[in-house]
Amino acid sequence: MERVPLERKVLSENDRIAAGLRARFAQHDILCLNLISSPGSGKTSLLERTLESFDRKEPVAVLTGDIQTENDAKRLARFGFPVKQITTGGTCHLDARMIEKALLDWRLEDIDLLLIENVGNLVCPSSYDLGEAAKVVVLSVAEGEDKPLKYPSIFFKSELLILNKIDLLPYVPFDIAAAEENARRVHRGMDIVRVSCQTRQGLAEWLAWLDRKRENSRATASAPAS
Amino acid sequence: MHEMGIANSVLDAVRAETRRFPNGHIHKVGVRIGELAGVDPDAMSFCFEALVRGTELEPLALEIEYCPRRYQCRACGQRYAASIDGSACPECGVWDSQFLGGDEMEIAYLEVEDGARTAGA
Repeated sequence: MERVPLERKVLSENDRIAAGLRARFAQHDILCLNLISSPGSGKTSLLERTLESFDRKEPVAVLTGDIQTENDAKRLARFGFPVKQITTGGTCHLDARMIEKALLDWRLEDIDLLLIENVGNLVCPSSYDLGEAAKVVVLSVAEGEDKPLKYPSIFFKSELLILNKIDLLPYVPFDIAAAEENARRVHRGMDIVRVSCQTRQGLAEWLAWLDRKRENSRATASAPAS
Repeated sequence: MHEMGIANSVLDAVRAETRRFPNGHIHKVGVRIGELAGVDPDAMSFCFEALVRGTELEPLALEIEYCPRRYQCRACGQRYAASIDGSACPECGVWDSQFLGGDEMEIAYLEVEDGARTAGA
């Protein structure tokens, strides 16, 4: 038997499409974020509060992924920004091709911030690059504080951890300091914000993080090529 | 459960390579899966076997090398693999390290019958 080295990435096709998307986002000065969490951690609620905070004239668009139903797109469309549902029909994650297809009839010139809500799942979405500038992971205090250790991939790859539903802290045995420590064991420099989409506590901090990312993204895009 | 799609991508790559070896059967494909790749090796093997069964690729085995998160400590230079509950240096206890790997999802090699390459290439 002869062993022939191959050395190629398993998801090279997805990575190729994602690289194309990233180049187009850079060309049009778009900040793209990929929001990932377990089902029910509050990604859609967070997006509702986020869209609600923007002026209607802001060039913001949302892609929201689910296995079935248009429910999330309907919830998010109320705020007047372009929203498109991607129903995967069983697939547990979004991939770059789905994003490319969903963007076909949108003018990228008109978008400045593209928020992608991935399918609720802490495992599979971490493997698929969507061309985003950063991944954001949402963890609610109704879950276990050891999730960063159980699912290190997504916590390692995400720039920001949003600890959501902190209004429930008095009622659940969630040790928020331990959750943050666990996240930083996996990802040392991770940004963390604590929010409640019900009481709106901490939302300003998330929006400030988002503003900084948008400013950095604009600065990078307008910097002269060296 | 995206291992089916990933197993399928591995098989697509193997199929593309069969053209290089017209005179020899590919017996095994070796892949490297990092702990941070978000892929379960058992589920991946299960999907792989199911996809190969009854096809022209049979018998084709899958060998998975599961790779831990690997770092190099900036304080003491030690190279180490992270443990389940922490990524600090086991040597000096500091966590100021450079990430070396552990998120790979790569096809490393194929095992083909002897002489297949020379006959085909």
